[in-house]
Amino acid sequence: MRVSRLELTDFRNYEHLVVEFPAGTSVLLGPNGQGKTNIVEAVAYLATFSSHRVANDTALVRAGCDRAVIRSLVENDRTIGLDVQINPGRANRLQVNRAPVRRARDALGIVRAVMFAPEDLSLVKGDPAARRRFLDQLLVQTNPRYVSVMADYDKTIKQRNSLLRSAAKSHSSLERETLQSTLDVWNDRLVQFGADIVAGRLEVLDRIAGPTADSYALLAAARNDVKMTYVAARMPELRDDVGQRMREALVNVRSEELVRGVTLLGPHRDDVDLNLNGLPARGYASHGESWSLALALRLASYEVLRDEQSGEPILILDDVFAELDQQRRERLAQAAAGSHGQVLITAAVSGDVPEALSGVRFSVDSGAIVQG
Amino acid sequence: MYQTSYEGVLQDLIDQLVRLPAVGPKGAQRIAYHLLETDREDVEALAGALLAVKDRLTVCEVCFNTAEGALCRVCRDETRDPAVLCVVEEPKDVIAIERTREFTGRYHVLGGVLDPMRGIGPDQLHIRELFTRLADGTVQEVILATDPNTEGEATAAYLGRQMATIGVAVTRLASGLPMGGDLELADEVTLGRAFAGRRRIDA
Ligand SMILES: Nc1ncnc2c1ncn2[C@@H]1O[C@H](COP(=O)(O)OP(=O)(O)O)[C@@H](O)[C@H]1O
Ligand SMILES: [Mg+2]
Ligand SMILES: [Zn+2]
Repeated sequence: MRVSRLELTDFRNYEHLVVEFPAGTSVLLGPNGQGKTNIVEAVAYLATFSSHRVANDTALVRAGCDRAVIRSLVENDRTIGLDVQINPGRANRLQVNRAPVRRARDALGIVRAVMFAPEDLSLVKGDPAARRRFLDQLLVQTNPRYVSVMADYDKTIKQRNSLLRSAAKSHSSLERETLQSTLDVWNDRLVQFGADIVAGRLEVLDRIAGPTADSYALLAAARNDVKMTYVAARMPELRDDVGQRMREALVNVRSEELVRGVTLLGPHRDDVDLNLNGLPARGYASHGESWSLALALRLASYEVLRDEQSGEPILILDDVFAELDQQRRERLAQAAAGSHGQVLITAAVSGDVPEALSGVRFSVDSGAIVQG
Repeated sequence: MYQTSYEGVLQDLIDQLVRLPAVGPKGAQRIAYHLLETDREDVEALAGALLAVKDRLTVCEVCFNTAEGALCRVCRDETRDPAVLCVVEEPKDVIAIERTREFTGRYHVLGGVLDPMRGIGPDQLHIRELFTRLADGTVQEVILATDPNTEGEATAAYLGRQMATIGVAVTRLASGLPMGGDLELADEVTLGRAFAGRRRIDA
């Protein structure tokens, strides 16, 4: 799999940019702030229709513009044209071979990509949101139907929160009774979509557990005990019957939810507990160990996506080598050199890129890119 | 001095047009200039049609569909089956379903869907009137034809629950309608099939 041509219009700092990528490895070099990450971010966007850097698409649109457009040619068994028009606050418009597709899930899977970025350290050290996003981006790439489930879930949470807030403000008992009866309906939706997402995440977690431990061993050059446990908010002892457990837990949090006016349980509040040799990685792992774990999670994603049919996923290494010590840098380079697919690397100077990773060089300077 | 905005009356017209659904600033400008070049006769016909809609159209007393007079066309039609009631969000959904010619019963227009973010709950919709219509036992089957999106599904589920106790068969349009979609935008064939294949819902 390869994005052979990328055309950006009003995306990030690019008013208009066309770049053609050769097969194999491409290395984008240039001083900081020139737009290297923006290019690979556009490639990664085609894989999940979301950004690794921001939760809201507004930042992807060039300042002062209404929308951004990413056009691409994707080489697989055949060449597919995949175009996205990003309309912040409204639905994206997608085209496959210049024909509009109504649902995002019908355009997912054309590009599959795994991105390593300096922000990845937050997978280990950061907020639960970073870990949720990691799982969800992998879930969507392995099972595209989850795009619509997640959209339905987000909508349900917003509606349910509004309802809880107005319930808190209502005074007459008749009013409260009506609110309660509609709340039951939103609870059903919450459970239906929420349990589906949790089940999907558990499956993803299960699939990456082995590869993560293996990759960690490779990076750290020693076997370590890596454990990942899904932590469901307000629901200890998660078992198979996620839906049933959610229903029970909803009853328990009901009065608190009515006071606070927010939905207190569900996948939007869950986390993954990362545990290294018996201790929580967050708070205990050293800087180097944290990096190894973050890289191991990404390498594991790559392995999982590699298992899927149609070709090797695109591997994106965005400015990560400068963050790593000699050993991790070389091990990561070794893993990347094993890819038979497209590899996109960005770095400030060529000295940051390990020798094992040679490829076609591009220089990026103030919003322009030239080969060589 | 250079001109920074349109002549007053033209600007007024553009401002009014922009408030219409599906009309953006560019579209409003195009329509306004088009009207400038249109014969006075045609503009009068348009203005007349706009006012006639406002002056003569009413809301049906029974089903809340648009009507000319007390009752809408469907409610006036004696041949329509009073035992089957199709619940829709908006009058335009009635039109969409009528086009399929698949349905011979009667309608009830809710006037929207449950949408807490916009402050819309059961009391803001014609739900109480719906249950009043169901009270005398004439209606045997209720078809819930709200849009197949988050709010539409939630509204159908709510109504399904409320009807569970009153002994009426409740059905939901069959799949085939694109999820996340809009009933009025579905083509006739798809919508017709969805009607034919409607299924019972368990509350
Ligand atoms: N929406 C936007 N509109 C205009 N410029 C943007 C936008 N988003 C980011 N930029 C600019 O892009 C530059 C950063 O690009 P980036 O690709 O992150 O740089 P690097 O080459 O260091 O990876 C910054 O100068 C930033 O101001
Ligand atoms: Mg960068
Ligand atoms: Zn009527």
